[in-house]
Amino acid sequence: MTIRRYLRLLPVVPSVLLLLLFLLAPVAWSFYASFTNAALSGRAARDPQWVGLENYVRMFSDDAFPLAAWLTVVFVAASAVLGQNVLGLLIALLMTRSRKAVSSWVGTAVVAAWVLPEIVAAFAAYAYFNREGTLNQMLAFFGGQGPDWLYTFPLVAIILANTWRGTAFSMLVYRAALADVPQDVSEAALMDGAQGWQRLAFITLPLIRSSIATNLMLITLQTLAVFTLIWVMTAGGPANASTTLPVLAYQEAFKFGDIGYGTAVASVLIVLGVVFGAVYVRLLREQKP
Amino acid sequence: MMSRPRLAADIALAVIGFCFVAPLLWLLLAAVDPHAGYQTAVPSAPSMDNFGAVFTPELLFQPLTNSFLLSAGTAAVNLVAAVLAAYPLSRYQSRFNKPFMYSVLFGTSLPVTAIMVPVYGLFVQLQLLDSMMATIFFMATTTLPMAIWMMKNFMDSVPLELEEAAWMDGASSMAALRTIVLPLMRQGLGVVFIFVFIQAWGNFFVPFILLLSTAKQPAAVSIFSFFGQHGAIAYGQLAAFSILYSVPVLLLYVLVSRSVGSSFALSGSVKG
Repeated sequence: MTIRRYLRLLPVVPSVLLLLLFLLAPVAWSFYASFTNAALSGRAARDPQWVGLENYVRMFSDDAFPLAAWLTVVFVAASAVLGQNVLGLLIALLMTRSRKAVSSWVGTAVVAAWVLPEIVAAFAAYAYFNREGTLNQMLAFFGGQGPDWLYTFPLVAIILANTWRGTAFSMLVYRAALADVPQDVSEAALMDGAQGWQRLAFITLPLIRSSIATNLMLITLQTLAVFTLIWVMTAGGPANASTTLPVLAYQEAFKFGDIGYGTAVASVLIVLGVVFGAVYVRLLREQKP
Repeated sequence: MMSRPRLAADIALAVIGFCFVAPLLWLLLAAVDPHAGYQTAVPSAPSMDNFGAVFTPELLFQPLTNSFLLSAGTAAVNLVAAVLAAYPLSRYQSRFNKPFMYSVLFGTSLPVTAIMVPVYGLFVQLQLLDSMMATIFFMATTTLPMAIWMMKNFMDSVPLELEEAAWMDGASSMAALRTIVLPLMRQGLGVVFIFVFIQAWGNFFVPFILLLSTAKQPAAVSIFSFFGQHGAIAYGQLAAFSILYSVPVLLLYVLVSRSVGSSFALSGSVKG
């Protein structure tokens, strides 16, 4: 009887094997390699040596890592938590009161930036923030003179670009959440004379707080992993001014051939992902016990 | 009474919508302008020359074929593995189900870019670098947690009674899955397939790291090399190439969102 019970689970095996081989093994290997001097070529590539905590010590003595960690925090906070999240909520709120034609047109525009392949969105953003690009053309139209965004304000450019690219997700989450807020609740508040802002802060937002929490977790995880957009727009430059952790891990491993140090940076990112992932799973568990 | 706030909302939304469209205007206009630069301008002599220039086997057909093989292969592996895994999870109660589903959910939140350096190292050790097959299996694994999650939800909505009748007639559970459950969840299968296909089609970083020879690279990578080599000169061709490469996924997205609405869009939550 017990054997039959286990046999029933047999079809799960292919998935488990794939996940072990291609997801868990690289994670484990990443932690292992981060304690060695593994390299892309040369002697250390054939026979990597155990170097203990050397890579992690270097992280904090090196200028590049603390800078990249700080830039990652700013990038995630500004483009995901503030940019995508607040703009997505704002759009969803505006859509509840605007004309249907307007909201469906704007919805399509916002979703278009999100559905495009990542590399194409990155090219479009590169052209847009270029010295001669559309943004500066518009500023010139109003009599202003725009800077060379990608060189002078690379972090601002990638933050705006990632907000543009990813807001659609938050918008869709909040549209679905707001659709579940009973109409009569906010109407009752209107009768009591609740002003717009109070109604938002004390009625609407508390009602959709679980959506807000889930959304924040997911967009943080997505933004933490952004590579292509930054790589195409600035390649992390100039002089590391837009090098976030994924870009740093890539550069160390593939440009400088230092797999050991690259995997150490990657391991830090994995730990961050695990922390946010654990919080996310917990949140969902609480929602549906 | 409601007309003034409504007008204000319309105007605010239109402004936001314009900001979202602005970066895409360049793409559309430059593609039909043989003398395109980084400025957005209505072409003085619009033509299809840029499309003609990229319409060659090496520039367009080969990379798009590779993209198709990679995406279809990834989606097929996902479909098979996820259907098999979802069946016992959906049909039998077991202590193992809940921890497994939560581990799978946890897997969806692993930042894929973070594991690319170790994956490269692993592929070197196993001599899998530049292998289309291995790349397909890796890409399939990155979307597999989401695919299992979606598949189980679709399978849960197929009523158990129909299968019980088949079991009475002596059919095995795999036969019941094939002849009864799968036909009833055709739409779900299609959604998962297209969802994975879109993600794989747009994936740049994974093939960029794992596929080295030009003959195997998908359009996402070849378009990036083209940008590196000619991008500073041939803006118009870059835009035309980008549009031709994007059209298939835009069409697939429209197809799916028509049939299942925004729930699909939500399940696109975990993008690589």
